[in-house]
Amino acid sequence: MERHFERYLEEAKDRLLWMGSLAERAVHQAVRAVLEADEAPAQTVLEEEHVLNELQIEIDDRVVQLLALQQLMAADLRFVLTVARINNDLERIGDQAVNIAQSALRIVRHPRVKPYVDLPRMSELAEEMVRDSLNAVVRRDIELARSVLTRDDQVDQLRDQIFRELLTYMMGDSSLVFPAFELILVAKNLERVGDHATNIAEDVIYMVAGHDVRHPAVDRR
Amino acid sequence: MHTSTALGLAKKALENRGKQPSADATAALSLRMKISDLNFYYGAKQALFGIDLGVATNRITSLIGPSGCGKSTLLRTLNRLHETLRQARLEGEILLDGEDILSLDVTDLRRRVGMVFQKPNPFPKSVFDNVAYGLRINGCKGGLREAVERSLTRAALWDEVKDQLHKSAYALSGGQQQRLCIARALAVDPEVILLDEPCSALDPVNTAKIEELLFQLKENCTIVIVTHNMQQAARVSDFTAFLLNGQLVEFKPTPQLFTTPADPRTEAYITGRFG
Amino acid sequence: MSLRRIWRKVVNGAMLSLTGVCALIAVSVLFLILGYLVWHGGRSVNWSFFTELQKPVGETGGGMANAIVGSAKLLLLASLIGVPIGFLGGVYLAEFGGRTFPFIVRYTTDLLNGVPSIVIGIFVYSLIVLRTRHFSTLAGSVALGLMMIPITLRSSEEFLRLVPRSLREGAMALGASKWKTILTVVIPAAYRGILTAVLLALARVAGETAPLLFTAFSNRFWSSGWNQPTASLPVMIFTYAIAPYEDWHRQAWAAGLVLLALVLATNLVARLVLMRPGSLPRS
Repeated sequence: MERHFERYLEEAKDRLLWMGSLAERAVHQAVRAVLEADEAPAQTVLEEEHVLNELQIEIDDRVVQLLALQQLMAADLRFVLTVARINNDLERIGDQAVNIAQSALRIVRHPRVKPYVDLPRMSELAEEMVRDSLNAVVRRDIELARSVLTRDDQVDQLRDQIFRELLTYMMGDSSLVFPAFELILVAKNLERVGDHATNIAEDVIYMVAGHDVRHPAVDRR
Repeated sequence: MHTSTALGLAKKALENRGKQPSADATAALSLRMKISDLNFYYGAKQALFGIDLGVATNRITSLIGPSGCGKSTLLRTLNRLHETLRQARLEGEILLDGEDILSLDVTDLRRRVGMVFQKPNPFPKSVFDNVAYGLRINGCKGGLREAVERSLTRAALWDEVKDQLHKSAYALSGGQQQRLCIARALAVDPEVILLDEPCSALDPVNTAKIEELLFQLKENCTIVIVTHNMQQAARVSDFTAFLLNGQLVEFKPTPQLFTTPADPRTEAYITGRFG
Repeated sequence: MSLRRIWRKVVNGAMLSLTGVCALIAVSVLFLILGYLVWHGGRSVNWSFFTELQKPVGETGGGMANAIVGSAKLLLLASLIGVPIGFLGGVYLAEFGGRTFPFIVRYTTDLLNGVPSIVIGIFVYSLIVLRTRHFSTLAGSVALGLMMIPITLRSSEEFLRLVPRSLREGAMALGASKWKTILTVVIPAAYRGILTAVLLALARVAGETAPLLFTAFSNRFWSSGWNQPTASLPVMIFTYAIAPYEDWHRQAWAAGLVLLALVLATNLVARLVLMRPGSLPRS
């Protein structure tokens, strides 16, 4: 039997996915601003930050109402809790994008430190992780979610690589310190984006299968 | 719908942006019924104290509260059913579309304001005659078959009884009987339907069926429902009124009342810490 | 086993036997009567019993056709008098309320029920027979009708009360006035019980003899219309049983058997009507 609250669940999901697409786009634009030394996309990201924040509040409102008014059980309950968690992660992803955009604006006048090789790869990976984790929400796809989890290590490795490389450059030429430092920050932000995407993937597994796969070291007996 | 990417889905969401129930107070909506300073007495004992309440058109308003708080009493004043009791006395004003219901002909009022009771109470007649009853006593002679079919369809019962219209109403199950009572009330095309704990005698599946039915009905009909099950009020209604000891403690849009009630008594009742 | 226990067992056994025997006696009385009637009157219940009139004194044979028809006429008119009054009175008591008037009505009705039937007979005698200066079917019917009123009234009231309040409220909530509710919902819901009550009342007065002695009296021949005295089964039993003719005794037994059979049949039908499913809403 179709129930009326299913409509509300669908609406919450739609709003969440909309927020996800905006967050994804923000990261992409912010990284473009860095890689192409272009101010315009960075400005767009900063201008659109408030949209993401408003969405977070709206989605939390919906979650509270769903919990208070509909006595959700089982899959529906896990779904709503997942929405609340993913909501937070998306907002943080938005914050990371803002940070990246601000870094971009700060170094836009500076000459390029080095040819960008790892940074584009890292951003592509991070953006892919975000996209796939959100697709896993849509398709309720555990395998896709698990694949996101495995890629987190790669992102971490790339970050370490970029750190080491830029450190070398900074030690070699002190005029490069400022832009290189900003690039290190960008890498850190991208790594955080990857972490948030991982969180989203873990939430999807909980939503679909009911297994909490966070912190495998914790004894769950 | 099958959209394989989040972006695609999100684009579709923009097109179908859903509406949350209105956060405005009933003042922004039109009111089908308006209760002003209602005081109600059983003999010397006062049962309702100074009730002010607006019933929004084509919305579901629920009355909740502990046993004996007066919610059923209040409901029964809306179609003047309290007049069947000798000692009942009413002071104050109740308006239906701007007219004072005490000045209306009571049988005409009861055609416009229908009622469904706690225990299903079909008449000892056939299914058809039950639904046609209201039409017949109000003088309607022709077109009964179509009207009965229309009502049973609106009550989501037509498919189940269309081959058994001339069987006794008592042959139906409890949930079906209650939907029959709803069809019976709908047959005379009321503007308002009052439901007094309509699901308390039913199991969860039939309760869910009737709740879904109410969502469909409210498109054309104003609904007031009394329920001792506040989760039902939370699921179903647009506006909720909390009554305690004959007083209206709080009246708000349902999402607000259940998430951020203003009165501590409401909060105590809703969180189950009452009593 | 102790003495106490033995004594208790003995007492238990004795009481069980005693109460059982009394119950058995109560049951067997009916069968005794039935057996007696069948034994003595069974042979006489034949076609001529139902179709012929009484033969003149001295001749054997003949029947009680006029008594059977007479009883039927009396009961018919009695119903027409007693049932509407009783039924509508019951409707008043059940549907319209108040405290004092209904209480008075119930109390006096119960008293009326207890008035000896012969007294009712005398009452109707002076009311109608003396005025009209002859016995009549009408007078007999009035007497029997008066006796039917209390039973019909109380039973109608009881069965109407049994109809749940929710049915009345349901009708009124649809815009039915009080009378429409009563006519279209309450009475149809209670009709089986009321029908039973009427049948039981009929069965009860069918055998009343005393009032008929002063009112309908008796008739050797067919009585036409309502103003002539009429024969009736109970009076025929009385007349023939105390007469000195053997043949008449035989016919009295037959009449008794027929009367009892009809009364029992009516009782059984009444109970069957009440027991049929669907008479009252499922709880």
